[in-house]
Amino acid sequence: MSMSIKSRMIGRALLGAAMALMIGGGSAQAAESIVPPSQDWSFNGVFGTFDKASAQRGLKVYKEVCSACHSMNLMYYRNITALGYSEDQAKAFAAQYETTDGPNDDGDYFTRPALPSDRFVAPFENEKAAAASNGGKAPPDLSLMVKARMNGADYVYALLTGYKEVPPEGVTLPPGAHYNEYFPGHQIAMAPPLFEDAVEYDDGTPATVEQMAKDLVNFLAWTAEPEMEDRKGMGVKVFLFLLVFLGLAIANKKRLWAKLH
Amino acid sequence: MQSNEPGPEFTGVVKWIDRRLPIFTMMSKEYQQFPVPRNLNYFWSFGALASITLIVMIATGIFLAMQYQPNTELAFNSVERIMRDVNYGWLIRYIHMNGASMFFIVVYIHIFRGIYYGSYKEPRELLWILGVIILILMMATAFMGYVLPWGQMSLWGATVITNLFSAFPIIGEPIVTWLWGGFAVDNATLNRFFALHYLLPFVIFAVVFLHIAALHIPGSNNPDGIDPKGPQDTVNFHPYMTAKDMIGIAVFLLVYAGLVFYAPNFLGHPDNYIPANPLVTPPHIVPEWYFLPFYAILRSFVADWWFFQVFLGWWGMTAKLAGVLAMFGSLILLAVLPWLDTSRVRSCKYRPVYKWLVFLFVIDFAILGYVGGKPAEGWYVVVAQWATLYYFFHLLILTPFVGWMERPKPLPASISQPAVAPAE
Repeated sequence: MSMSIKSRMIGRALLGAAMALMIGGGSAQAAESIVPPSQDWSFNGVFGTFDKASAQRGLKVYKEVCSACHSMNLMYYRNITALGYSEDQAKAFAAQYETTDGPNDDGDYFTRPALPSDRFVAPFENEKAAAASNGGKAPPDLSLMVKARMNGADYVYALLTGYKEVPPEGVTLPPGAHYNEYFPGHQIAMAPPLFEDAVEYDDGTPATVEQMAKDLVNFLAWTAEPEMEDRKGMGVKVFLFLLVFLGLAIANKKRLWAKLH
Repeated sequence: MQSNEPGPEFTGVVKWIDRRLPIFTMMSKEYQQFPVPRNLNYFWSFGALASITLIVMIATGIFLAMQYQPNTELAFNSVERIMRDVNYGWLIRYIHMNGASMFFIVVYIHIFRGIYYGSYKEPRELLWILGVIILILMMATAFMGYVLPWGQMSLWGATVITNLFSAFPIIGEPIVTWLWGGFAVDNATLNRFFALHYLLPFVIFAVVFLHIAALHIPGSNNPDGIDPKGPQDTVNFHPYMTAKDMIGIAVFLLVYAGLVFYAPNFLGHPDNYIPANPLVTPPHIVPEWYFLPFYAILRSFVADWWFFQVFLGWWGMTAKLAGVLAMFGSLILLAVLPWLDTSRVRSCKYRPVYKWLVFLFVIDFAILGYVGGKPAEGWYVVVAQWATLYYFFHLLILTPFVGWMERPKPLPASISQPAVAPAE
């Protein structure tokens, strides 16, 4: 989980690239957005679970690419133990970041290495700073992204892989805008964030754009609904209980009403 | 329709209490020996299901209120804290959130039952009116509850709906400012909505109590719509109806659990997971699904609609005001249904014409719901306008006239003899 110098530089480069004009109101008056193709996610379905290896890789993509601009304000470093990291690993992960604390007994604010009990450190001091560095609009927080869009996971995957270098004929993009097939209105301020080998995976998985997008979605699906596995597991038990209850209720009613004439 | 059987014999402590405060006798008379028509079908379980949903909503709501922060700075994150860090917070919140949808599903079916079998007719008019009051209170409660998570739809839904009151001339604007507690939907609004969202369920509970009290005077209507003629036509509420209700409850809980555990956000809107932002308007502001038919009626009234121009526009009524009045009118009109329906036969089982009109009315309501969720443009508007006209045409014209014209089928002699009146 170490951050290579190379990817740090990529992060900076992307930050610069993302300092693009937000297309004012573009998304609001957007034409009908295109339904993204549905993917076969491990978390789909009644018995769906998170692909933890993929989500761990996704955390790395978030850390080395997305986190240059996008915050993750609802997540704490301690939460990553749910992805299979040990508490020590979570501690070490947190310690890579500096967070502001205070005021101390002298009344001063100070920085210290982050702890597992800290929230993910945001790339910008506040929303205004984020907006100022990104052409007037703060990049959205990613904690709930998969829940906050229609067709959540499929949409995020389609968006990340849906950039077109050359817009279709007849479409002229304003400066700073990029053409994306799946973004409502197709004009997105975010530059294509992923490119081949943007990160170096610890497990040797080749870092293609599709692979990184998939890993990132697995990670973001977890940050959006960390309770999902508990929820679906409990649902199975509740269903079994209710089916037995229904059977008993039917038997009881039949026996009782049979006596009536 | 109280039972004439003698009350049960109690012993010991229960007897001691009952002689001083006869709650055990009361419970026994109202919920055990209480006679109900023996031909009730499963549509009659929906009242019990609605009561259960109300109790579930109050119980989960109280626990949510212990963790929720009604402050615009804190509300969104406090809900996410419930989802992530409070033990089983996600379960309680999803039960509460989907409970609102289940409540409306159950109540809409309950209302359909009442309309189809003529449960609103003499002597149950007051019972019906109390039911309409419960529906309106539920709508107010659900609307304010949806504002509390302070997502984008919370803020903008609240803005659109509270702005409706500005349609009233002169008093409109001051009313809106008064509702908001300021000049926009903001912290003061969120605070009062939380206070009222906590209060109204208990008001609903009180009206439900009156609703049930009014029910226990004439007793339940039934699929034949004729009064029970004696003990041979009824069974005791407990254990016979409770046994049937148990089946209803099990099926209801299976559907409810399906939503809570496998599709908790299916009926919600993804935009409500974006924190409220007064500077960014969502592309389509849509209310919760259970408001969509009424929302469609509201939006049908646009200045260039022929109906509006011919009947309303020329004497100075604004399209917005007409829409607001039509929306509230569509609810209030339900309350006078007992007097709009002129037929002496209660059940549609014996009303060959009105039966189909009731089905058409349901389809019309569903169409209104469908177009209410679509952007107000193109043919959606035209469909919404015709469906709105049909809604009022059904209640104001068809219902009274069909009641006079229709020739009902012969009614059975009694519930226990379902055959057509025998020639004794």
